[in-house]
Amino acid sequence: MMAHLPFLPVLIPLVTAVLLLVAAKADIEVKRGISALALGILVTAALAQLIVADDGSVRVYRLGDWPAPYGIVLVLDRLAALMVALTSVLAMPVFLAATSGTDSRGPHFHAFLQFQLMGLNGAFLTGDLFNLFVFFEILLLASYGLLVHGGGLQRARAGIAYVVLNLTGSALFLIALGLLYGLLGTLNMADFGVALQKVAPEDQGVVAVMCALLVTVFLLKAAVLPIGFWLPQVYTAATLPVAALFVIMTKVGVYALLRVTTIGLMAAPFTADLLQPWLTWLALGTIAVGAMGMLAASSLGLVVANLVLVSGGTLLLAVAEPGAQSIAAALYYLVQTTLVTAALFLLADALARQRGDAEDQLAAGPPLQNYTFLGLMFLVFGVAACGAPPLSGFIGKIMVMQAMEGSVHPALIWTALIVSGFVAALVLARAASVFFWEPGAPGIAVKPVVAYVPAPGLMLAMILLTAGIVAVSAAAAPVASYTRAAAEQILARDAYVSAVIGDPAAVQREKRP
Amino acid sequence: MELLVSVALGVLTASGVYLILRPTTFSVVLGLTLLSYAVNGLIFFGGRLKAGAPPLSVPGLANQTDPLPQALVLTAIVIGFGMTAYLLAVALKAKSESGTDHVDAGETR
Repeated sequence: MMAHLPFLPVLIPLVTAVLLLVAAKADIEVKRGISALALGILVTAALAQLIVADDGSVRVYRLGDWPAPYGIVLVLDRLAALMVALTSVLAMPVFLAATSGTDSRGPHFHAFLQFQLMGLNGAFLTGDLFNLFVFFEILLLASYGLLVHGGGLQRARAGIAYVVLNLTGSALFLIALGLLYGLLGTLNMADFGVALQKVAPEDQGVVAVMCALLVTVFLLKAAVLPIGFWLPQVYTAATLPVAALFVIMTKVGVYALLRVTTIGLMAAPFTADLLQPWLTWLALGTIAVGAMGMLAASSLGLVVANLVLVSGGTLLLAVAEPGAQSIAAALYYLVQTTLVTAALFLLADALARQRGDAEDQLAAGPPLQNYTFLGLMFLVFGVAACGAPPLSGFIGKIMVMQAMEGSVHPALIWTALIVSGFVAALVLARAASVFFWEPGAPGIAVKPVVAYVPAPGLMLAMILLTAGIVAVSAAAAPVASYTRAAAEQILARDAYVSAVIGDPAAVQREKRP
Repeated sequence: MELLVSVALGVLTASGVYLILRPTTFSVVLGLTLLSYAVNGLIFFGGRLKAGAPPLSVPGLANQTDPLPQALVLTAIVIGFGMTAYLLAVALKAKSESGTDHVDAGETR
C-alpha cells in the first residue's frame, strides 16, 4: 500500500467520479455520501503523503513500471505533498458548502468535483511535462462543468470565454511541448533540465523561445497582468462554493512555473535568467490591477476575485527570484492565502443567502439574521486577508517581505505589498459596514427581512476554514520549516534527477538528426 | 517537403487566429479547430519527416521513426476533440438563451 501512496490522490477521485457518473440517477443524499466518504479517504491519503514526504527523499511511482525517462512517472516530494494536501483539505469545506443547496442544481456536481480533484492532484504529482498537460486538461474540463453548474446566460457566456481562452492556452502548451520534444528528445521533467544543458549553441534560441512559451501558458493559468483579466469575470460567474475551489487553480499555474523553473530552466545558463527582469514588473502590475479592481468592485465576490489576483501577483514576486528563502515564504503565503480567499468566497455565499435580490452586492440590503456569527467570520477572514496581525496573512506577508530584502527593487515590492494590504483593509471594512451596520442604522430605510434558510453545511465549512487559518497562524513555525525544507528540496536538482532517472549519463538515447 | 509542411502549418495557424478574433462563437469554434489541426501537425512533424519508416523500436532496424510524437498527437487529438464538443454545447446553450451567436450576447452595460 505504501508503495502505491503517490498514486492514491489521483486514483481515489477517479474511481469516485466514475462511481458518481454510474449513480447519476441516484438520490442527491447518496451522491453526497459517496463524495464525502471519498473525500475522507483522500484527505487521509494526502496527510499520509505529507508525513511520508517529510523524510526528505524523492519518491518515484512508475506508471506501468516503465523506467523514466521513457515511461510516465509520478514524483512525490515535499512540494507535491504540500500542494496535494492543501487541495484535499480545501475540498472538504467546498464540499460541505455545496451540500447547502448548490450541488442539487444540476445532476453531476459531485462527479465534476472529484474529476477536478483528480486533475489538480495529478498536476501536482506528475513528473512528466506531457502528463502535466493531460492533467491540466482534466482539471480544466471539470472546471468548465463546475463553472456553468447552476445554469443561466451569464454563466454560459463566461463559460464560452473561459473555454476559448484555455483552449488557446492548450494550443500554445502543445506547440511548446511539440517543439521541445523535437529539439530535446525528452518530456520528463528531470530529464528536461539535463537535456537543456546539452543543447547545441545554434539551437539555444529556439529552445529558449519554447521555454518562454511554456512559461506564458503557466502565467495564463496563474492570471498575471496582461493575460489575467479573465479571472474576475469567471470567478464571479461561478456559484460561490465553486469559486472557492477555483482559488486553487491559479495556484496550479504558480506551482507549474516554480517546478519547471527549478528543475529545468535553472539548470542551463541560457535559460536560467528567462524570468528576469520582466516577471517582477508583471507581478507588481498584477498587484496594482487587483488593488484597483478591489476598489472598483461592486460585490463581495468581485472583491475576493481581485484579492486572488493580488495574492497571485505576490506569489510570483517570490517565484521571479527563486531562492530557498523566497520560495519558502511564497509557499507559506500560498497555503494561507488559498484558505483565506476560499473562506471569503464561502462567506459571500452565506451573506448572499440572507440578502435576497441584493445578493453579495455592496449595496443596502435587508438586515442579516445571524449577524453575530457572520460578523465574527468576516472579522477573522478580513484580518487574515488584509495581512493584519495576528493571523496568517500578516506572517505570510512578513516572510515574503523579508525574502525580498535582497531583491532588485525591495522598496518597490515592499510598497506594493503594504499598499495592497491597506486597500484590502479599506475595501473589506467598507463592505462590513454595508453588510452589518447600515441595515440597522438610523436614517436608512429598513428593507423586509428575507426568510432565513439555515445552511448547516456552509456554516460548518466556514468554521473548518477558520480552524485551518488559526492552525496555520498558530503553527506558523512548523509550517514555515516544512515550506523551507520543501524549497531547499526543489532547489537540490541533482537529488531529484538521480531519484527519477538515475545516472543521466547512463540513459540510452537515440541519435537525432 | 519541409518548406511545404511549414507553409501549410503557418497558413492553418494564421487562419485559425483570424477566426478566433471574429465576434461570433461559430467562427471562434472553427478557428480553434484550425488551430488545433496546426498544433497536431506540428507535434507530429516534430518527430521529423521520414517516408517509409515504421514507428516501431525494433533492435537492428536501421530506418525507423520516432513513435512518441504519434502517441502524443493521438492524445492531443482526443483532448482537443472533446474540448471542442463541449465548447459547441455551451455555445448552443448560450445561443438558445440569448437568441444570437454574438460573443457579447446578453451583455448588460
